[in-house]
Amino acid sequence: MNKTFAQLGFPGRLIAVEGLDGSGKSTQIYLLKRWLELQGLKVYFSEWNSSEIVKAATSKGKKRELLTPTTFSLIHATDFADRYERHLVPLLRAGYLVLCDRYIFTAFARDVVRGCPPQWVRGIYRFAGLPDVTFFFKANLEISLHRILDARPQLKYFEAGMDLHLSTDPYESFRIFQGRILEQYLAMSTEFHFLMVDANQRVEAQQNVVRELTAARIDLSQYRRAAESPAPPPSPPRKPKWKPPAPLEETDVP
Amino acid sequence: MEAPRPPRRNRRAVAGRVQLPAPSHHRFYGHGIPGTAPDKLTGKLIVVEGADGSGRSTQIARLVCWLEASGHATVQVGLKRSTLVSEELEKAQQGNILSHATLSLFYATDFADQLENMILPALKAGFMVLADRYIYTLMARDMVRGMDEAWLRNLYGIALLPDAVFYLSVSPEELVQRNFAKNAALDYWESGMDLGLSGDWFDSFIKYQTIMLRQFKRLQSIYGFDIVDGHQSVEAVNAELRKKIEAVLSGRLHTN
Repeated sequence: MNKTFAQLGFPGRLIAVEGLDGSGKSTQIYLLKRWLELQGLKVYFSEWNSSEIVKAATSKGKKRELLTPTTFSLIHATDFADRYERHLVPLLRAGYLVLCDRYIFTAFARDVVRGCPPQWVRGIYRFAGLPDVTFFFKANLEISLHRILDARPQLKYFEAGMDLHLSTDPYESFRIFQGRILEQYLAMSTEFHFLMVDANQRVEAQQNVVRELTAARIDLSQYRRAAESPAPPPSPPRKPKWKPPAPLEETDVP
Repeated sequence: MEAPRPPRRNRRAVAGRVQLPAPSHHRFYGHGIPGTAPDKLTGKLIVVEGADGSGRSTQIARLVCWLEASGHATVQVGLKRSTLVSEELEKAQQGNILSHATLSLFYATDFADQLENMILPALKAGFMVLADRYIYTLMARDMVRGMDEAWLRNLYGIALLPDAVFYLSVSPEELVQRNFAKNAALDYWESGMDLGLSGDWFDSFIKYQTIMLRQFKRLQSIYGFDIVDGHQSVEAVNAELRKKIEAVLSGRLHTN
């Protein structure tokens, strides 16, 4: 089994968030990033599936539905490797706090649901160090589905898991697909020491948990920028991926 | 009035009867491609490996003519030819901006796309698939660049064992002459310039091809492919390949 970046002797630390689409993990890691950088810490944020070089091939493959489970897995691994070797490793060497919206566990869950053998997928990502802290946002499946389905009625082919032929209805396919991904995540949660965050709570309550756990596990004082460094520029306005959900009190959560 | 039927042996020759290939016994190196039954792959996969200038494409072109004349349908595949990523891979390589694991996985994606969309369907349809390089070149290149062998073996567990693998062995000194005769220039990657072996392209080419040759010899001892002396004339190499492929078609030889 792989080691964390602390165990590997890197001065930097990697914090990853995982969870289903619509679990609120992107909001939480954004707020964590703001908290850390406004304290004057060295922070870098990286998103899944965002390597500039591989993007053209990935989007062509998705648009034209050219991807099979094997090539879907490999092209995302290529994307990850590019970000890993070009950005994550050098920044961790330079003592940064690196925040990742999704990490290798996304591939472990998705690719296996698509039918790739777990050992093959894990073997491919063996070059990657494990996060020092992994938050898993566990939301009620129905709430996650609502957040996505209420706001983005146009589900993309692979996003909905249509390639798995679970249902001819994209919404139904998405539900089944997300349910299976959740099963995979939960099955690996102990092995990879996921810190479970109850994503049915209010945004602020979750952020409290995230900040407390981060501070308890990482000595943040070691990650200060040099005093004379300029403050980080304000982040550009975020493009929300979905409309904010209706207040939780109004939904029927058990 | 009906002509008397010629004896059986002659009848066959007159009609130019096409020989049916012997049954194939395919399997994957690892788990393969989910949902593919190897026993349904009735065609033959023939791989030609070798450095640039070893005569791969010349030999493959001749083999295709010969196989088609003998009544076999053929398909050709090669590295960096997939619909999915060939353009992007080419672009990234021109810029020399990818790190090793990234480039390795990009090539694996290209390979997997051709495996699933060209090689396996063609074999299923009973075609002779001629591969201008296969996973061995990819593995050798990556190992020379320090990638872990166990990692590569897992990655290429998707690959099918070919029915025959021929490695056209040509000395680095001869390769450099052939490359100059063709292009008057050496290729950046085929010279291993990314490895920093030497600032001098000629030196780097010789050093890199020597390391690759050593790596192929090592792979040969694991994968057992057939080493063909590429210093012979084009005709002599082709005659040797044909003889061996005939043996593969009749089920007498399996070089892998």
